[in-house]
Amino acid sequence: MARLSWPARLYIGAIVVAAAVLLIRGPFGDLAWWREVAVLGVLLVVFESTATLLRPKELAWSPSPIATLAAVVLVGPVGAALVGACTAFGLRRGPSAVQRVFNSGMLALSAYLAGEAFTAAHGHVGMPMSGSFPGIIGPFAVAAVVHAVSNHGLLGGVLWLTNGREAPGRRTSPGMSVELVVSDLGYGAFGLLIAALWNVTGLFAPVLVLIPVAVARWAVAQLVEQQRAYQAAVGALCQAVETKDLYTRGHSDRVSRGSVMIAREIGMRGERVEAIRYAGMLHDVGKLGVPTRVLQKTGKLTEEEYAAIQLHPMRGLDIVREIGFLDEALAGIMHHHERIDGRGYPMGLAGDEIPEFARILAVADAFDSMTSTRSYRGARPVEEAVAELRKWSGTQFDPAFVDAFVSAIMREGWQRSEPGAHARDLPAVPSLDHDDPGSPLRVIARPRHTEPAEPKSDPWSSPSRP
Amino acid sequence: MGERRHEPRRPFWPVRNSGQLLLIAAAGVVLVASVAQTATEGVQDDRIAVAFGVLIAFGEVLRLNLPGDRESAPIGIAGALAYALLIQVGGEQVHTSAEQVITITAIGMIVGALPHLAVGRPAKVSSMATRLLCVAAVAFIYRPLAGSRAITSHWGLAFSLMTSLVLLALLLEAVLTALMRVEEQRARFKVALVDEMRVQLPLGAAVGASALLIAFAAETMGLAALAVFTAPLLLTQVAFRRYAGIRATYLQTVRALAKVTEIGGYVEPGHSERVSKLAVAVGRELGIHEPELLELEYAALMHDIGQLSLHDPIPGGATVLAAPHDQQRIAELGAEVIEKAQVLGSVAEIVRRQNEPYRGIEVAHEGRRGRHAAPPASAGPSGPPMGSRIIKAANAFDDLVGSSLDPDRSAAAVEQLRLDTVSEYDPDAIEALSRVVNRRSVIQL
Repeated sequence: MARLSWPARLYIGAIVVAAAVLLIRGPFGDLAWWREVAVLGVLLVVFESTATLLRPKELAWSPSPIATLAAVVLVGPVGAALVGACTAFGLRRGPSAVQRVFNSGMLALSAYLAGEAFTAAHGHVGMPMSGSFPGIIGPFAVAAVVHAVSNHGLLGGVLWLTNGREAPGRRTSPGMSVELVVSDLGYGAFGLLIAALWNVTGLFAPVLVLIPVAVARWAVAQLVEQQRAYQAAVGALCQAVETKDLYTRGHSDRVSRGSVMIAREIGMRGERVEAIRYAGMLHDVGKLGVPTRVLQKTGKLTEEEYAAIQLHPMRGLDIVREIGFLDEALAGIMHHHERIDGRGYPMGLAGDEIPEFARILAVADAFDSMTSTRSYRGARPVEEAVAELRKWSGTQFDPAFVDAFVSAIMREGWQRSEPGAHARDLPAVPSLDHDDPGSPLRVIARPRHTEPAEPKSDPWSSPSRP
Repeated sequence: MGERRHEPRRPFWPVRNSGQLLLIAAAGVVLVASVAQTATEGVQDDRIAVAFGVLIAFGEVLRLNLPGDRESAPIGIAGALAYALLIQVGGEQVHTSAEQVITITAIGMIVGALPHLAVGRPAKVSSMATRLLCVAAVAFIYRPLAGSRAITSHWGLAFSLMTSLVLLALLLEAVLTALMRVEEQRARFKVALVDEMRVQLPLGAAVGASALLIAFAAETMGLAALAVFTAPLLLTQVAFRRYAGIRATYLQTVRALAKVTEIGGYVEPGHSERVSKLAVAVGRELGIHEPELLELEYAALMHDIGQLSLHDPIPGGATVLAAPHDQQRIAELGAEVIEKAQVLGSVAEIVRRQNEPYRGIEVAHEGRRGRHAAPPASAGPSGPPMGSRIIKAANAFDDLVGSSLDPDRSAAAVEQLRLDTVSEYDPDAIEALSRVVNRRSVIQL
């Protein structure tokens, strides 16, 4: 956060000033009021210190809304804002001074708004008694919603101003923030519980509440950890593929990225985007079932060898079948070499018979192959590869996904493999890329009864059914 | 997530062993007695009973599977414990008998199990019986005391009594579950109990605290406490479920990674799976705890992954026949692949050292020169980790026997490995292997 743009500075400044004005203006309560504010403030500091880091490094989830919402009920809007302002004293090491100040201002502001909403909905500020229930639940729910919405709205604003505009790919996905809002709302219920227990158990209430919160936090941390482990395991699976075929280094990763670009462009749901990300990573895993000597062979392939290559999508399916995946991803891996005109493999499906994931993977796969260096040709420029995609859109590729991919590339660019690294590291064994639509991959012996081979001038006549 | 088509279906009424039958019978006796008692006395505070019954049924519907094939219904058991611990609801004294608590809990559990049965998921009756017995223990101790003046007037006393009862219930659940596992998996009781407590600790703490919170909150909030409390508990459970889910997916991915060598024709089909099953059984026999058992399972599944880097498969895939130099290279390459999957703890180390003689490389060479020197009681610090030694033994056994289940052939293979326990194979691992293999033969006959 070293260099902040002036809109970001203005935004942060406005929030902090607004919060400060609210805090100074009052009105404040008596000594007992101050005591409650202090206890809740300490509770908030404890919560804040145990925040869980979420995947984008700057974003942390903390259960602090519990403390501010309890304050909304017990001490009203200004007290809640004071409690929210205690965020700055969190013992977490991560945030910088600017972040701390902003977080305090943000939480104070949203706590104040929640408090106002609570009183506007005829919620009674003060210790809830037996008679307050269940009438208090409605106003409290309103306060919790206002709190969550204003909190995430303000946070979304600063994220968008600081890094969202330059790197759109790193934006937190909308699915994730919806999830965060829901979890804030759910844990917010603990706030009401603390308020309700305040006159029964006194200070024990916050302590008792801390346990389930800590456990939930533990589970979230475990989840993040396991997700990381899972990604690493998939990465290892890709790595295993790439040790076999040096020319395809980084290919899985780029195909995955390309497929995600297409999926986002056509507005796919977050869950399916995740599935296609993994499908892209693993699309060539079946190559492990193809003997290395065939994969790295120079020159023409015999019929058996060609058949072995054509089998690789099926082999891939065999390997990943038991992973608790979306079925769609499996279908994508199995059919990523089908063609719209029905001349692909392994099944020869045509048009809409081909699963959507497979049609997406096919575009990203061919594109990456064309823009990477191969022994028998250099990497083609992106413009040329785009022109080729367009040329074969409708026969080999689904036009809708070609269009989506091209417009995504035009906007975000395409990070291709570095040709320099390849030239140096790779053995001088020329091998053919089965993904490359322009590769001279051809079968020597064709069955006698099939039609004659396509004209040689056509560079796209490659993997068709023998 | 797609549905798990490939998972072998559990039988609707699985075969139970004597321990499980005893447990179910005990729960049944308690239940029948309680129902009879409740029927003669009539249901007290029926609104409260219905509310808690619904909460327990709801929790049972949402039960979840924890790592290691454990079943848990956190919301249900928190509700049942809270019901057993109630003093007042909305300022009015609660007159619920222990028998009624047990009856309502059982009804809630059975109703909640019905949707699971409807979609063909069999009820794990022994686990439900365990939960019912834990609730029964708390109810029998606490219900007679709940109305007494000491409890209603001294908040601190009530709180400490309730806390210790909740702890007792959780401990009882751990002990009963561990006893079941001892019989089911032939684990050692102490090991099983420690594992059980370690797995149950986080969720158990949440369940216990929730039960106390519900019981106290009901005093001021009335039955609204149940509604307010379900939301956060639900979120905790969702986080847990997703954690358990991704953990399962992770294991499946590792299995896929292991299968790669088979599909590539590097090893005989089923080899990795068999070695991992055998290694886990041997590890359990040796009293290894669950987290390390899991690492052992991963390492055993992936122990041949390094072969992928070979240009052509070793004939028959039997690494035991390869030159020691090549074996070592395969292990190194495998460890490299696994290290790329960063979070696997010591798995890479186990795979890397899977070929080392158990007494360490230098010691083994000396041992070959002078056979008279008495071998040390245990491997020195230079020896490979236990996991590597187990995999070495299990791998060698499988290379010799393969998928054959012939007892004579297995016995001969164990004998052959036993001859090499001076320096190559860990004698403890071989003895444990021998016991596992013998048991397998007995079952086969």
